[in-house]
This record gives sequence, C-alpha cells and structure tokens, in this order.
Amino acid sequence: MSTSIVEDPEAVIQRRSFFRRCWDGFSVLLASKTATVGLIIVLFWVLSAIFAPFLTPYTPLEQDWKSPNEGPSPEHILGTDELGRDLWSRLIYGARIVLVILPVSEDFWIPGGTALWGVIVALVVGIILGLVSGYYGGWIDEITMRLLDAMMAVPIILLYLIIMAALGASAVNVVIAMTIVGTPGIARLVRSLTLDIRTREYVRAAETRGETPWYIMFVEILPNARGPIIVDAMLRVGYAIFAMGTLGFLGLGVPPPSPDWGSMVAKGREFILAGSPWAALWPSVAIASLVVGLNLLADGLREESMRYQ
Amino acid sequence: MNVGSGTRAESVLDVEHLSIAYETRKGDVEAVRDVTFTVRQGETVGLVGESGCGKSTIAFGIVNFLGANGKITDGHIRFQGQELTGRTQAELKAIRGHRLAMVFQDPMQALNPSVRLGDQLMEVLTCHQPISQDEARKRCVDMLRRVNMPDPEDVMRRYTHQISGGQQQRVVIAMAMLNNPALLIMDEPTTALDVTVEAAVLDLIEELKSEFHAANIFITHNLGVVARVSDQLCVMYAGQMVEKGPVEEIFHRPCHPYTRGLMAAVPKLGDSKADSLLYPIRGRVPAPADRPRNACVFAPRCDYATDRCREERPRMVEISAEHSARCFYAEDIDERPRTSRRRSRTAMPAEKTDEDRQAETLLQSEGMRLYYPKESDSVVSLFGLGEKKFVKAVDDVSLRLAKGRTLGVVGESGCGKSSLVKGLVGLEPMTGGELEFLGVDISDTVTDRELGLIKEMQMVFQNPDSTLNPSYTVGKQIARPIRRFKTVPKNKVKSEVVRLLRAVRLSAAYYGRLPRQLSGGEKQRVGIARALASRPDLIICDEPVSALDVSVQAAVINLLLEIQQTFGSAMIFIAHDLSVVRYFSDDIAVMYLGQVVEIGPADLIYDPPYHPYTEALLSAVPIPDPEAEQAKIRLGGNVPSALNPPQGCRFHTRCPRRKKMLPDEGKICTVEDPPWRQAKSGHRILCHIPIKELEKMDPVVHAA
Repeated sequence: MSTSIVEDPEAVIQRRSFFRRCWDGFSVLLASKTATVGLIIVLFWVLSAIFAPFLTPYTPLEQDWKSPNEGPSPEHILGTDELGRDLWSRLIYGARIVLVILPVSEDFWIPGGTALWGVIVALVVGIILGLVSGYYGGWIDEITMRLLDAMMAVPIILLYLIIMAALGASAVNVVIAMTIVGTPGIARLVRSLTLDIRTREYVRAAETRGETPWYIMFVEILPNARGPIIVDAMLRVGYAIFAMGTLGFLGLGVPPPSPDWGSMVAKGREFILAGSPWAALWPSVAIASLVVGLNLLADGLREESMRYQ
Repeated sequence: MNVGSGTRAESVLDVEHLSIAYETRKGDVEAVRDVTFTVRQGETVGLVGESGCGKSTIAFGIVNFLGANGKITDGHIRFQGQELTGRTQAELKAIRGHRLAMVFQDPMQALNPSVRLGDQLMEVLTCHQPISQDEARKRCVDMLRRVNMPDPEDVMRRYTHQISGGQQQRVVIAMAMLNNPALLIMDEPTTALDVTVEAAVLDLIEELKSEFHAANIFITHNLGVVARVSDQLCVMYAGQMVEKGPVEEIFHRPCHPYTRGLMAAVPKLGDSKADSLLYPIRGRVPAPADRPRNACVFAPRCDYATDRCREERPRMVEISAEHSARCFYAEDIDERPRTSRRRSRTAMPAEKTDEDRQAETLLQSEGMRLYYPKESDSVVSLFGLGEKKFVKAVDDVSLRLAKGRTLGVVGESGCGKSSLVKGLVGLEPMTGGELEFLGVDISDTVTDRELGLIKEMQMVFQNPDSTLNPSYTVGKQIARPIRRFKTVPKNKVKSEVVRLLRAVRLSAAYYGRLPRQLSGGEKQRVGIARALASRPDLIICDEPVSALDVSVQAAVINLLLEIQQTFGSAMIFIAHDLSVVRYFSDDIAVMYLGQVVEIGPADLIYDPPYHPYTEALLSAVPIPDPEAEQAKIRLGGNVPSALNPPQGCRFHTRCPRRKKMLPDEGKICTVEDPPWRQAKSGHRILCHIPIKELEKMDPVVHAA
C-alpha cells in the first residue's frame, strides 16, 4: 500500500457529514416494507397531533348538547360523544398528550408526550443501571438485579394502580409510573448486552489505557448496544400508550375534561348497546393502530439490522 | 512417504473442471472455478490455501453439503467411478458415511453434546450396515483402542464435554474410520488444537493411513502440517488451483509465484530476524465478486506479472510428469527460494556485564503470583468456612526485560501466559510477589496506577475483528490515546494520527473509515498504531498474528520489527507458534502450568540443553519442509488442572525424560520442587536433571 505524500491531512480525510449519516439511517428504515408501513401509521398520528388545531374547526372541549352520541356526519367526521363533543378533535388532541405535549402544570408544558417521556426517562435510568450492573458484576449486580426482579414480580396493572393511587392523577405522575414500570426490563436488556460487549478486546484496550469505568461504559460499550435498545424502546412506547389507555379506562389517567383515549373508551362503553358505538370505537382503533404501527416499525428495524449481521 | 511412482494405485476420487457458485441477492458468486485433481488409494492429497480460497467449499461440494444456495455449476466429481454431481439426496446418503467420511475442524461442534459417545459411535455403524448392537459396540471399542484412546470402554459411556479437545478429535476420527471408508476428507482437523496435541493427532492420522489404505484429502492453511501429512499437494488461491504435484517437489521447487510467496512468508523453525527476511505478499485476496474472468487471478499481487497475465487466463503448465502450475512463466521462474532469504548475520552484540544489564532493566518481576479464587458450590463456603480453592494461573514467575529487547513467551493453552499479561498490565490484581516497571512498583491494578506509567506499557491484541470499536472511525480511535496521554498539543493531534497511520503503512485515507471497511490485516495494523500512539517503552503483543492469514502475518511481523528498530520499544511477544516466536524474539520464556520452565536467549533455546517440555514442544512443531528430520517426542496424558497442580515438579506426570535420566526412576520429581539449572549466557532450566545430562540430548531438528 503506497502512501501518497500529502502535506495536509484534511485534504485526504473524508468524513461523512451529519446529514448524510441521518439519511443513511433513514434509508435503512425505508428499505423494509414492515417498517415503512409502521412509519406511515406513526407519522400519521404524530403529524395529526402536532397540527391538531389546523385539522379541525372544533376544540375537544366544545360541547353541543343538541347532538350527543351521533354517528359520522358531514359536520362531525367521526361523530360525537355523550356530551356532544367532536370525536375527531378529541382523538387528535388526545394524541397530543400521549405523543407530543406533556403538560407539567397549569401553564407550563414541554414537548414530547407522556408515552415518549415515560420511555425516555425509563431508558435513562434503565441504561445506567444496566451498564453498571453488567460492567461491575459482583455484589452491585446481584443486589440491583434482585431489586429489579422484585419490581418485575408485581403485575404491571397493579403496579400502575398503586403508583397512581399514591401519587394522584396527572400527566407527570403517569410519566413517573411508566418509568418505574419500564426500568427493570430495560435494565435487564442493557445488562445482558453489556455482559457480552464487555468481553471484547476494544474494551480491554480501553482498560489497558486506564480509562475510567464511566468512560468505558458510556463511550465504548453503549454505542455498540444501541441497536437492540432502540428497537426495544420503540416497542415500549407502544406498551406505554397501551398502559395509558388502561389507566384512562380505569379513571386513573389524565383527569377530565382532557381528551384521554382510555377514559373516552370508558365513557363510551355505556352507549354501545344503546346503538352508538362511535364514542368507544374510535379511541380503541386509535390505540390499536398506534401500538401496531410502533410494533411494525420496531420489527422492521430489527429485520433490517439483522440482515447484515 | 511417496507411493511408488511405477504403478499408480487406482483413483478413488476424480475431480474435473469443478466450479461451484453461491446464489446471492446480487446474482451468482463463484467460489470455486475449474479445479481438477485426483486422489488415489492410500494417498493423501493436501489442499492448501488461505481463507477465502475455496478449499472447504470443494470439500462440501464433494459431499453435497453446500447448503440451500450453493450449487455445482460445472464439471464432474467421480467417486470410485460413479458420478456424484446431480445425484439425489437419498442416493448420496447411501454413499456418505459408508464409503466417504468427513472430519471437521471443531470437534465440539461435530459431536452431539447430549448423546453419549458410545451411542454416537454405534449409530454410525448401525445406520449403514445390518449389525447387532453388541457387535457394533465391540467394533467401536476396538476402533477407540486403535486411535490410542486410553480406557475405551469408559469413554463409550461418557459425554462429549467429559473428554479433552485432543480426545474429542480422536473420537471424530474414529467415527469417520468405523465404516472403513474409501475416501476420508479432513477439513482443518488440527487447527483448533494445541501444538503437542496436534502432533499426536497427526501421528495417528499417519498410522491410520498405513493401516487402512484409505484415500485422504487433508485441508489446511498450515504449510508445516501439510508437509508432514501429504503425498500430493494442491495449492489454491481465490477459488482456483494454482499448483499441484508431489509435496517434496513443490517445496523444493515451487513454480507458481503464489506458492513461492507463501513459502517465503513463513519462518522456518530456526530462522531468526538477524539472518533472514520474511517476504509478505502485498495486497489482499480479491472477493469472489471481484475476480477477473479473463486474466490471471493472482496478477495484481504478483511480482512477475506482465501484460499477458492481465489479459489472458493461464492454463495449467506441466513442469514435470506430475507437477503443474497455472502460470505462463512457470518453467522459467528461476530457482532462488530459500537461499536468498538469508542476509548477512549482524554482528552479535558483546556480552553485557551484570551491571550493564541492571542499569537497563525495564520490567522486573520476582515470584509473581496470580491466583483466581474458585467459586465453591458448597453451602459451607457461603459462610466463609470451607477451604478456599484457587486456580493457580501464574505461580512464582520471575522475569527480567531490558530496554529495547523482545521477550517471547511460549506455551500451550492453560499455561498462564494470558494471565501473566493481565497481571503485568494490571487488569487483574496480583496475589503475591513483586513487579517493578521503570523502577516503580506496579503490583496494583491499572486503575490505581499513574497515568505516566500506564502510558509506557501498551498492548496489541489477538483478534483483529474485536480489537477496534465498531462504532468509531479509525482516526478517532487512534486519537483517543494521544488525547488522553497528551503526547502532542491539541492542534497537532490529527497530523500525529496521520503520522502513526503512515508508520503502520496505511494511507491517510484510512482516517475516516470504519472498522467494518477494513480487512483483518489492516485492523491489526490500526491496533498497532493505537498501541504506539502513547509512545510506550513496552509493547505487549498477545498473539498478534495468530488470527491472520499467512501472507498477512509476514507483513505484520515485519511491521513490528520495524517498529522495534525505529522506536526502540521493548516487546513481550506471546504466541503459540514456535517458529514465529523464534524469528522475532531476543529472549524466550517457555511456560507450563503457570510456571516458567525455561528462559534464555532465543538461539540457545532451540538447541540442547532443553527442558523436557521444550523438547516435546519443538518436536511437535510442524516444519514446512518435508525433508527436515524431526525427533518425535510425544507427551502422554493431559495437562493437569491448575486447581491442583502436581506435587514437586509440575511437569513430572508427563515428562518423558525423568525415568531414564534420573536415578530411582525420577522419584525426586514427584516430591521436591526442581531447582534452576544454569547454562550459558543467562539460559536457565527448571529441572532436576543436571545440566551436563541435558546438554547431551540430541537436537530435535536437523535442517535439510
């Protein structure tokens, strides 16, 4: 291999730009049909939620006592609920809370949505716990894992109930509950990935250089575990949405009159037999489609990343 | 070794113009092209080549094991006169296992872990012949005895994991021989085994050859092994056969540039860096999709290539009755293989006095011990009451390394060399003894050492595929130690990285590449550049070339030599290939079961006096020269467990010398620890046998 005499290394060094790398990641997604379908569904809901005010003339709170429990009509595309509120608006504003906006308090909100934040915080805590357990091993590992095992032993719904009952119903508390429920699974996954990656020689090379454990965990190990973690995180967003639906159904989610999908189903349930299934139907379809969309996205990603193993 | 050249035995397997391709998403990829050879009864044909040359593919093609997407696209395979290509599975099944048997590389995967060995062996018989269980059992025990398995009836009842690697391979060979096959194919059967175990298995194969007269195909990448075992040799490159003929003739007069390149790239036992050169083959093996159809496939890497080679594919040229090579210039290639490798011996440095040595000491260990506590399963130990057991990985090792010198550490698996390295670098805490580096005590782990010290001791690792972090570019990974140890100011880091890349003979374009875009040899070079980045005084190389192809090995070894000479770093070089260690090191330490049993200057180790273990190791190393005479000293038994090493001299359970060379049948070896015997120039041997007796031993290798 002859070396060219070049004075300035910059001239020869090619670095792929940030945008190029993002585009490469995106094209992996699009290469899989499953992932593309999933992406379409998820994007539909995300975009509807973001642009909600432009997609409907009604607000989710507007009540029209003259037309309760109506089916789809030209004025209300999906119909109305028992208080005459437009179902389509309640759907997309409901999507907002789950996916796009997190109301922290009366006047203050942060972008992201409860499901997303629940998973993000669970990821942060879970990854740290998993890395530390996997890398250090020994007592730290044993104690952490047994504690997390204990948490996983409680049935999920029960755990949600206990936490929400203790903390009270609000969006932030839902996020906290999702974190507590989601952390053990993520920690376990990250731990098993760490146990495997820890044996690689580049980790040993880093240890030989005297790098600190935190450097090794976050710079050497974590980036190589990102594949399975991303796929798992996507699935968890789906679980979180489903959990929110359940909590809402039980009356423990975001308090009314917020358009929470779960509580919409709960309210609408009473009117199914009376001939107006719409109030219960559409939110159920919404929950199902979003969860399925996320699952498809996760599956497609996993397929594509395994293809070149 | 050669079957008489008068009447040739009848041919068992005829392969004619065989081509095999694999179906992929991008179309058919040709793995093997136009291969022709014949295997005769009682003859062993060696199939030699590097990774990706297609030798295993040919074997799979013969037994129709190609998988769902492999297919034979051209040519014929005739087995005992019958055509094998185009047969149905049912027909092939009748032939396979009965008259045609195969031995694979990894015995752990060839044997079923949940079935008893006896049952597996008997199944081979009962499946193909109408035979009673008792008769089958008797024949299996017989065959196990024939392959020198100790205690055959007991082995029949055991499971795979209860016997050692060498024994597993013997069982696999026994399984293959049970039906008395006409053709036996062996795909790298000894690659996964230790040197001494490999030698015993190769002995076995030779014995069986003379006993059973089976035809044999022996696939390997190791020139030494193939020189020992085969009668005929076929050299493969990039899916094509480039040379074939009797093994002595090919070694004596290789006619294809690739074969010559291979021979020049491998150090023979006894070569040292002072008096010979290794010539690597430049470039890399072309991927199957990039192989030209109308040119010589070796032309891009060939020193003799002409325009004709790039435009026309050469045919096999006959050089003598049985020797042919695929090269336009085969007959004219002139004969200067081995002699040109010698260069004038550099003058040996004058003997240093003890004071001189002391002043230059870089690393010194005294009585170093590294024990791993064994987790006991009993409840008693949970309370800390039971007896603590330790795996004595490194037991009382004392070494000295001077500035700029290279110490080679040799030993088989379980000898403690990896643990020794871990202890030196500080990845594992030492259990006892003293360790000094640059005058500072470093018996603590790496996290407690000072950065200035860590910087001076760096490592090169074995496996090129996992030595680099797949998520970061080459430039970033080499820059990290530079930044961490602040060897140059911040704005000079990039040019320093480029300088290091040049030092390992990679162009600056590699800066932005990811590890998955690099070949094995290139990754290993980046690993070396990374180790050099902190400009260390000591570089520890843990089997740096074992996972590389032969032609690439030579390049990396030459690189390490260059680094030694330019930077003046001291090195500790760990390997199990004795020829490479001898070539590369100034001093050598031989380890067995956690102890150093012999240590001294490299050229003195390879001549008597020897430690009995060193003698056995040297007699086991396969030498790439069919005419070299090598003593045959084989060790009985297995390596004892490091949990419970034998009393007295650790080697006494397997020592072939103690009964004859010591009074009272060597009883002293079982009771007392052996003393250090001093030979000349700092060469010392840990043995009860007095040095005068050891000096009288015959040398193991007589060069041709």
